[in-house]
Amino acid sequence: MGNPMKIRAAAKDGITEVKVLMSHEMETGLRKDASGNTIPAWFIAEISAKLNGKQVMTAQWGPSISKNPFLSFKIKGGKAGDKVAVTWVDNKGDTRTDEASVT
Amino acid sequence: MTRRFAVGLATCLAAAGLVAGAARAEGDKTIEGIEAYREALKDGNPAELFEAQGEELWKKKAGPKNASLETCDLGMGPGVVKGAYAHLPRWFKDTDKVQDAESRVLTCMTAIQGIDVSKYVAAKWGSPEKDELNAIATWISGMSKGDKVAVSTAHPKERQMFELGKRMFYYAAGPHDFSCSTCHGQEGVRIRLQDLPYIASPKGAAAGWTSWPAYRVSSGQMWGMQWRLADCFRQQRFPEPIYGSDVTVALSMFMAATSNGATMNTPGIKR
Amino acid sequence: MTSQPLNRRGFLTRVAALGLTTALGTTLAPHLARAEWNKAAFDGKSTADAMKALGASGTADSADVQILASDIAENGAVVPVQAVSKVPGTTRIAILVDKNPSTLAALFDVGPDMVADVTTRIKMGQTSNVTVLVEAGGKYFTATKEIKVTLGGCGG
Repeated sequence: MGNPMKIRAAAKDGITEVKVLMSHEMETGLRKDASGNTIPAWFIAEISAKLNGKQVMTAQWGPSISKNPFLSFKIKGGKAGDKVAVTWVDNKGDTRTDEASVT
Repeated sequence: MTRRFAVGLATCLAAAGLVAGAARAEGDKTIEGIEAYREALKDGNPAELFEAQGEELWKKKAGPKNASLETCDLGMGPGVVKGAYAHLPRWFKDTDKVQDAESRVLTCMTAIQGIDVSKYVAAKWGSPEKDELNAIATWISGMSKGDKVAVSTAHPKERQMFELGKRMFYYAAGPHDFSCSTCHGQEGVRIRLQDLPYIASPKGAAAGWTSWPAYRVSSGQMWGMQWRLADCFRQQRFPEPIYGSDVTVALSMFMAATSNGATMNTPGIKR
Repeated sequence: MTSQPLNRRGFLTRVAALGLTTALGTTLAPHLARAEWNKAAFDGKSTADAMKALGASGTADSADVQILASDIAENGAVVPVQAVSKVPGTTRIAILVDKNPSTLAALFDVGPDMVADVTTRIKMGQTSNVTVLVEAGGKYFTATKEIKVTLGGCGG
C-alpha cells in the first residue's frame, strides 16, 4: 500500500498543473546491504493519472527515478473542484491511488 | 641545490596561483549552477510526505493510555502546535527543564500516552522509532514555517542552557581536537561545495537553525535537529550524545537564540 | 495505431467504451501494467541501446525539444529534469541518462489530454549526457544536455 501521496493540482488558463510527491524507496537493485547482499530492485514501474475518472496520463518508470519521487505534468482543461487521481504500480505489484481536488 | 629548489618552488607556487585563479572563476560558475539546482528542488520537497506522517502520528491514539498527542503542550498551551517551534527550545514548568521540540515530544509521549520512551531514545537513526520522532518534529516545524524565531533566554534555566550551548560549541576534544567552531567558527569557508555557516553569528545561526528538520536528498531521509547534531558529534569523533539530552538542547538553544528574528523556513531540503 | 497489436491503452479504451472500466480496470490493471513494462528499453545500457529498444531511428536534434535542468547537480541522487516538446503531435517523451546502468529513466505516453511538458527527478551515477527523446508522427526528435554531478547518486 505504501504511504499516501501528496497531490497538488491547480487550474490556470485552461491548463491544470499537477504536482505529485510519492513515498517510495526506488531501490535500483545495484546496492548492497551491510552483509554484502544485493538489495533487490524495488521501484514504481508505472504511473497514471485520471481527471474526473478519465485517463489523462500514463508513464513507465525505471529504477533511475529518485527515491520519494516527484512528478509534475500538465493536463489540458480542468477547473476548480475537478478530481485528479494518481495511481502507481511498483515492480512487486504493490499499488496505491490517491485523489485531490483541483484548486 | 638549495637555490634551484627555491626557484623551482617559486615557479611551482606561481603556477599554483594561476590554477587557483582559474579554479575560482570556474568555482563561481559552479556555485551559480548549484544555486539553480537548489532552487529547482524547492518546488516539491519530499519533507511534505513526512509532515503528513507526523500529523497522522500526532493525532493517532497510541500507547498504554490509548491517547493521541493532541493535548501535548509545546509551550503555547495544550494542543497548540501553530507557531510553537519558533519559540523552542524553552523552559517548561512541569519538567523544570529547557526542552526542544523533540525532547518535549518524548515528555508528552510519556505523560499522555504512557509510552516507555527509553526504546525511542536508544533506537538507531533510521529505525522506525526514530523515523516517527523525526516525522512528528517535521510536522511541528512546518507549523511554524514563515514565523519569526523568538526564543527566550529570560528564565535562569534558559540562560544557563544558552551558556552551556555556547561552551559546547567552542569545546574542543576527541582524537582530532575538534570543536563545532572548527568548521562553523568563521565566515566564508566551505567543505567541497558545502558552505559552512558561521553559527556564532546571527546570520550563520539562522542559516542552520531555520532550515532543519530537512529532507536529505543524498540519503532520502528526513533529519531533525537532533540527528543533525548527532552527526556533528560523529564528524568530530565525539561519542554520540543521548537523544534529547541537555547538551543537544543546549546547542539548539545557542543556535536558536542567536538566530532570533530570522524566519523559519522549515522543513528544509538539503543535498 | 490500428495495425498494432492490442496494447493496454487500446484495451482499456475499448473496455471503457463498453462501460466496464470499473469492473476490469481495478482488478486487471496492475497485472497488465507489469506485463507491458518495456523491459528491453529499461535494460538498455546506453542511449543508443535504449533508443533501439524504443524503436527510435533516424533521430534528429530539434529546437522544439527542450531539456531544462541545472548545469550541475549537487547530489546525483536527486537531479530535477523538465522535458518539454513543442513538436506537434507528440505521443511519447523519454528521459535517458547515457551513463546510468539503466539508461532509460522515464517514458511518458502523451495522450490528447496532456501537454507535452513533464518534470521529474532522476538519479545520476556520474556526470553524463541526458537526452530527452520525443516521438511525434513516427518521427523521433531529441535534445541533449550534459549535467555535471559533484557526488554520484547510486551508491547511497
